[in-house]
Amino acid sequence: MSQSTLAGAAAGTTVGSSTRRQRWEGWPSFLVLLPSLIVTAIFVYGFIAVTFWISLSNWRTLKPDTTVREPFGQTYLDLFAQPRFQADLRNTLIFTVLFIGISVLVGLGLAILIDYNRKMFAIPFFRNVYLFPYALSFVVTGVAWRWIFNPETGVNLFFDIFGINQLLASVGQAPLKPGWTTDPTVAFSVNGILEQFIPGAESLRIQFGLPVALIPVAIAAMWQLSGFVMAMYLGGMTTVSDEIREAARIDGAGEWQVYRRVIIPLLKPVTISVIIILLHVSLKIFDLVITMSGVGPGFATDMPAIFVFETTFKATRYNLGMAAAIVMLLLAASVIVPYLASSLRKSEE
Amino acid sequence: MLKKTLVVAVVLTLAIGLGLFAVKAQSGDLEVFSWWTSGGEAAALQALFDAYAADYPDVNIVNATVAGGGGSAARPVLQTRLAGGDPPDSWQIHPGWELFGQYVDPGYVEPINFLYEEEGWNDVVPQGLRDIMTVDGNIYMVLVGVHRGNGFWYNKPLLEENGITIGDTLSAEEFTAAAETLQAAGIAPLCMGDNGIWANAQLFENTLLGTVGPENYMKLFAGEMAWDDPMVISAIESFGAMQDYLNTDHTSLSWDQAVKALMDGQCAFNSMGDWAYGEFVAAGKVDNVDFGWVSHPGTAGSFMIVADGFPLAAGAPNRDAAVGWLRTLGGLPAQEAFNPLKGSIPARTDADRSKFGVYHNWSMDSFAADALVPSWVHGSAAPAAFQQTLNDAVTLFIVDRDAAAFAAALVQGAVDAGIAG
Repeated sequence: MSQSTLAGAAAGTTVGSSTRRQRWEGWPSFLVLLPSLIVTAIFVYGFIAVTFWISLSNWRTLKPDTTVREPFGQTYLDLFAQPRFQADLRNTLIFTVLFIGISVLVGLGLAILIDYNRKMFAIPFFRNVYLFPYALSFVVTGVAWRWIFNPETGVNLFFDIFGINQLLASVGQAPLKPGWTTDPTVAFSVNGILEQFIPGAESLRIQFGLPVALIPVAIAAMWQLSGFVMAMYLGGMTTVSDEIREAARIDGAGEWQVYRRVIIPLLKPVTISVIIILLHVSLKIFDLVITMSGVGPGFATDMPAIFVFETTFKATRYNLGMAAAIVMLLLAASVIVPYLASSLRKSEE
Repeated sequence: MLKKTLVVAVVLTLAIGLGLFAVKAQSGDLEVFSWWTSGGEAAALQALFDAYAADYPDVNIVNATVAGGGGSAARPVLQTRLAGGDPPDSWQIHPGWELFGQYVDPGYVEPINFLYEEEGWNDVVPQGLRDIMTVDGNIYMVLVGVHRGNGFWYNKPLLEENGITIGDTLSAEEFTAAAETLQAAGIAPLCMGDNGIWANAQLFENTLLGTVGPENYMKLFAGEMAWDDPMVISAIESFGAMQDYLNTDHTSLSWDQAVKALMDGQCAFNSMGDWAYGEFVAAGKVDNVDFGWVSHPGTAGSFMIVADGFPLAAGAPNRDAAVGWLRTLGGLPAQEAFNPLKGSIPARTDADRSKFGVYHNWSMDSFAADALVPSWVHGSAAPAAFQQTLNDAVTLFIVDRDAAAFAAALVQGAVDAGIAG
């Protein structure tokens, strides 16, 4: 969907920025674009409209019922009153911050290491090794990391193998055995603060904070996408000419400062693109989470996409599921629309 | 070269497409849709096909299966086909709300009262079963087998080592006493694998039945008793107390891994439907030696129905073959061949008991004498929306143990699902 939207926006730019005469000359290209415009209008915007309509309707069994529900918009109130959906919004925010933060840091770090050592003979090998996880399906990643973070058989065995647990036992401490994705703890809860500012917040059933079960999920997602981030940065770094690097060095910059003060600031557009691309992965994430941890204890790892799927196809509450889908769309749009608007403005300048 | 490959690809695609149409157009077919693809299930389905082939040798059976646990992948395919007016002749279905809400209401199935009259099934299929297949006097499906959902399995040697003996029934108080003894000995009293949450929801369902009894259980789903009734709150509190008895890794295990943990002696009891029996048998364990069973504490005298059956599609492409299929399914030979493989008991009271083992004879006694109640977790007692309400409420409750919020969620869910009084 996002690709076709981008294509549509790009097409709009060309038409909008041309003079009347150029527009007349552009009519064959308009004809060529017409089929895809029609298809996009029906299958993207038409279906968004249908989804929105259903979210306002009475359709809550398998039998379609498209009459408008009274009072108007009640389904949205029901949705936000559900502790599960509140947890989903919390999880989306926390997961997005964790996942994008560590993906960008790790991806940038790998790119710098490879760029710095780019004359070394084994570099193409490493570049491919880091990029390889990106070629996998999220389902494969989810299953593999589910085993890795299994409390009984996964990374926890290292605490035994390396003697950490024996050490703890010798000083009378319980062995180290994190529950990873099965841990329902929510750290840094801000419910106390919310209660002071929002009336009625004390009746919230969900703890708003950092669900620790999301950390392993973010690590798995990072593992898959940091190679992609690295490739984006490497692409950007090749455009920074050796003259600029040399100039920085002559001005007395050390190798670290060349990256810190020159290259990374020059790559700001790359960073923005990377964040936008990762954001839409993070907002729509489904397959990785459902295979790795499911909804988690107390919905510690539940995501809006899982909510939409279960509510619509398992509980057959179509109106509620579609309302959640519309909220997801608005979340994604709140990020993509400003980005498109700003890039549109830039291309017109 | 590339051109050649393209031509081959196009030809192949066309051939496959035409081939599908050819299969559909051929007369004398019967298409049966199910998600019975695992070892024992597939063998049981094949037994039904064999029985059908013996009765109707000229019909070609098209076995349309879509793999995936609990039909997670199959149901969307089935829904799409039904909504698109391309139904299979018959498909796997649970009685109760799954039948009513998903298939009777939208008009995807047709009544088969005539079959029950012609075959005399009204005399051999218990009233409690016929009730959960009937709307407005019309009966819509044939059951092939019945599982008992309120089983309580235990590791017999492990209990003996800890000085615990289990009689013919187990009360909630006796269970609590045994659990305290086991916990003091460092053994997790209750085995649980609630990955996907339904196994823990089932523990609640059984505890609810044990606390309120079968009559009130039916009243709750009929809207004649409130979901925040003190008895329901008491069931929620017992359920909460049981959460302290679980193995610590329960959220990362599936139900069958929990049964395995029971066999390995890592935990003692497991509240589970009798599909667990198949796991014991497959592991070479012996009835009443390695493992034993009673009804879930407080549920002796009740039989939680988790049943499988098939309907007749409205507008079935091969209606005569489909009617014959249902005629075969309701008969004794098919049910006696199917159930030992599936691990359930026949959905009629006149089966030959010598064809079944010790456990299933015990289950048949219960089936003939006890109150039959439909399962909530398995989609029979309530609409799918209320089933989801339970799963969501349990997911939250096992973390925050808020009994009042649990009951409030059920009250709201019953209103949303349209089953409140």
